[in-house]
Amino acid sequence: REDRGRSPQRDFHILFVPRRSLLCEQWLKEQGVLGSFIHREQYSLDLIPFDGDLLSMESESAFKECYLESDQTSLYHAAKGLMTLQALYGTIPQIFGKGDCARHVANMMIRMKREFPGSQNSIFPVFDTLLLLDRNVDLLTPLATQLTYEGLIDEIYGIQNTYVKLPPEKFAPKKQGEGGKDLPTEPKKLQLNSAEELYAEIRDKNFNAVGSVLSKKAKIISAAFEERHHAKTVGEIKQFVSQLPHMQAARSSLANHTSIAELIKDITTSEDFFDNLTVEQEFMSGIDTDKVNNYIEDCIAQKHPLIKILRLVCLQSVCNSGLKQKVLDHYKREILQTYGYEHILTLNNLEKAGLLKPQTSGRNNYPTIRKTLRLWMDDVNEQNPNDISYVYSGYAPLSVRLAQLLARPGWRSIEEVLKMLPGPHFEERQQLPTGLQKKRQHGENRVTLVFFLGGVTYAEIAALRFLSQMEDGGTEYVIATTKLINGTTWIKSLMEKLEPTPF
Amino acid sequence: MNRARGDEEEYWHSSKFRAFTFDDEDDELSQLKESKRAVNSLRDIVDDDDDDLERVSWSGEPVGSISWSIKETASGSTSSLEGRDSSLQKGSSSYAALPKQVSSYSLSSLFKGRNKLPSFQSLSDALTDTGVKNYAPELRRPKAEYKDYSSDWSPKDTVRRMQRGKVCSLERFRSLQDKLVLLDEAVAGHDGNVITAVLIFLKRTLRREILFRELEVRQVALCHLIHFLRETGEQKLLLDLLRFLDRTEEVALSQYREHLNIQDVEKRREFLKGCIGLPFSAEDTSHIQDHYTLLERQIIIEANDRHLEMAGQSELFRKYPRKASILNMPLVTTLFYSCFYHYTEAEGTFSSPTNLKKTFKIPDKQYVLTALAARAKLRAWDDVDALLTTKNWLGYTKKKAPIGFHRVVEMLQRNNAPVQVLQEYVRLVEDVETRLNLATKYKCHDVVIETYRDLKDRIQLTAYKSKVERGSAEEEKINSILNN
Repeated sequence: REDRGRSPQRDFHILFVPRRSLLCEQWLKEQGVLGSFIHREQYSLDLIPFDGDLLSMESESAFKECYLESDQTSLYHAAKGLMTLQALYGTIPQIFGKGDCARHVANMMIRMKREFPGSQNSIFPVFDTLLLLDRNVDLLTPLATQLTYEGLIDEIYGIQNTYVKLPPEKFAPKKQGEGGKDLPTEPKKLQLNSAEELYAEIRDKNFNAVGSVLSKKAKIISAAFEERHHAKTVGEIKQFVSQLPHMQAARSSLANHTSIAELIKDITTSEDFFDNLTVEQEFMSGIDTDKVNNYIEDCIAQKHPLIKILRLVCLQSVCNSGLKQKVLDHYKREILQTYGYEHILTLNNLEKAGLLKPQTSGRNNYPTIRKTLRLWMDDVNEQNPNDISYVYSGYAPLSVRLAQLLARPGWRSIEEVLKMLPGPHFEERQQLPTGLQKKRQHGENRVTLVFFLGGVTYAEIAALRFLSQMEDGGTEYVIATTKLINGTTWIKSLMEKLEPTPF
Repeated sequence: MNRARGDEEEYWHSSKFRAFTFDDEDDELSQLKESKRAVNSLRDIVDDDDDDLERVSWSGEPVGSISWSIKETASGSTSSLEGRDSSLQKGSSSYAALPKQVSSYSLSSLFKGRNKLPSFQSLSDALTDTGVKNYAPELRRPKAEYKDYSSDWSPKDTVRRMQRGKVCSLERFRSLQDKLVLLDEAVAGHDGNVITAVLIFLKRTLRREILFRELEVRQVALCHLIHFLRETGEQKLLLDLLRFLDRTEEVALSQYREHLNIQDVEKRREFLKGCIGLPFSAEDTSHIQDHYTLLERQIIIEANDRHLEMAGQSELFRKYPRKASILNMPLVTTLFYSCFYHYTEAEGTFSSPTNLKKTFKIPDKQYVLTALAARAKLRAWDDVDALLTTKNWLGYTKKKAPIGFHRVVEMLQRNNAPVQVLQEYVRLVEDVETRLNLATKYKCHDVVIETYRDLKDRIQLTAYKSKVERGSAEEEKINSILNN
């Protein structure tokens, strides 16, 4: 309004991305400025490609809305996104799913298809299967600390839309003979995606395997630069010069990632990181999940960040199918006394979402699930992994295991365990016009689109990529989700906002 | 009113923009392409001089000009469907209708990249169809057309259209029956925006009891309304609804949440007092009670201490001025504060640590830890020692810590405890390796020497000689041990 007074010549427009919301317009109207906008429109962005095999809706509130508020609007948009995807890449003949939201999305897809028969297209289907998974089928995975290179970058520094901001000290350009130059104060911003060769190579590796790749690369690049001494003829020199930009890019890429790896290593070698990881792994392997944990108590006593505490207690709760009432009350009391009583509201949300709740049935299903699906693998090989459990150095993400078993040998083999996980599981088939039904050639991989409803972590993405490149895996995966998350951002989205709203 | 109409006709007909048509086809891909193209060509349009538009509406504003369009929008005139008369009633239009304006002003039509497969053509379009559409056909359409038009849509179709973001008036759904059908259709359509839009309409036009009753059996719509009320902060209606549904615990929590919006401490205290009687779960009730009691205490302590600080008599407050007020701080923080500034007070006062411990049933471990931290900060080593000493029933004292002694040592070291003090506790570290590490790090020579002696490690002991001062007591000690 003030703006308008200042410059009456200016036209104001508002573009809602990804979609206009009635609430927003309501509020604008109440403020009396709705009419000041010449034009209101929405620029629909449903699924945004983040990389060659990754799509995200970047809907932060999707999990909270679906599981806390029973508002399934974001699922509607997921379904619409999938319809658009099918319009571009062909109808997906098989749909599998697990969870209430998955069921809902599938129903909407089928219905949307029915209502627009004209959208039947003649595109050869790119995807053979769609797997819809509710986040709440696997509440455990996002809570654990990711141990892949990309996962750790996200856990520690937070990757926003493929960009990360890093402390600048290690990235100051080193000039010969100039010591003590002014260090840059602006955080260093880097873009991270598979277009960068080195990054594509190391992003999905367990962090402990990254060092050797970097040092090998360093040798190769040094050797390449040394070539200039061997270039004698003009032709050779010319060839060397033509490759120079590529080599320089590779060198700068190596320098960046070496710095990042150093930053991460400082954290992963710290006592606190080690203690935290130890407790996480104890819980995930089923040790002492039914008692109050000393480390957690110590952390509360030392007033570590609340989100760290919440991740740990929720992890314990999930690995125990809910905590004994006494243990839960004890944790709650300590948290409220240390961080403030107003956090009752957040604790309530976590209970509603199933993350931190009392054990209702008196029995703990987690050990059965863990054993049947082989979620904890003692003999994990971080350098040359043979199983997806390398992404958490021992724990195989439940969600990815489900995808893995679906492809081979199929979910019928784990019926009992599936029943222990929330929500229905189902299979749907969509008719393809004759002639488009594809017969896969021998040796050709199936393509499965895995859609995580409620969020997905980089570690899970790494695990799926691992499956894709397995020699006789048989399936390649493309990943879609409502949001890229890590444990911290995920819990944060469930926390009650404690500052009074500005409105 | 209409001036220079001829020129304008030419302008309209030569416009390259597509007109608004009531299409049912929404090809989002083409929309995206159009909008991309449009945005690129935006520059040209914006510079366009609107002086060509000389048509003036009955309100005096030149038709089609920006100010006219603002007025139209401000009056919420989605009503073009209902005929021009209703645009006079400013407040009546159902703002439930998504105002993707019928009035397609120059810029808006840029984004309406439609018409791949027009399935429905407006009457005038059909007549003048030359491939170049009219610019703003709704300005020309006879009123009658609007009337016919609007009454045709069934609830199902209305929902469909709203899903596509088109203008829809919901006013004509007058009977309860119609409204419910509309709601059910919206729910079946799954688009949250549409459901909310319909709910806003129902909220405005239905009596509360009826609305609640009908929503009770419609879970999805109910959830949407609750979410909506939360977002818009319509606290009273939300609480009434939750009470109606007998969701008592939610009522309690929703009401409790409000305390965050109260800045004034006294008012907040009153409010919290009122929350105590609410139907929380048993555990939560005690927490709410504690919250109130804590704030009550904090107000008293704060008033007292501010007074003390101002008076300037207390050395403690002079030496360590308070950095922040104690109000609204968590319990443990309050305990730390109390151990810092009011440690020696008797249990009777509100600000004494022991009083806090008793009132809030703070467990021993937490108490000792907090007190340790506070006394260490004040470098009150005697107090620290007292906290770590327990007397058993025989009267013998023993040193005991609720956390490992290595932690105690670290805490003391952070506060620059002298070596003699540190030494006492390093000696008590159970794990030998840790003990040696800490002792060496903090130069607690006696402990190192004693430990090596106990380990009977001559080599290390001899090596350590180089680390102590020549001629010091420690050196002598080493020598005497080595010589035995």
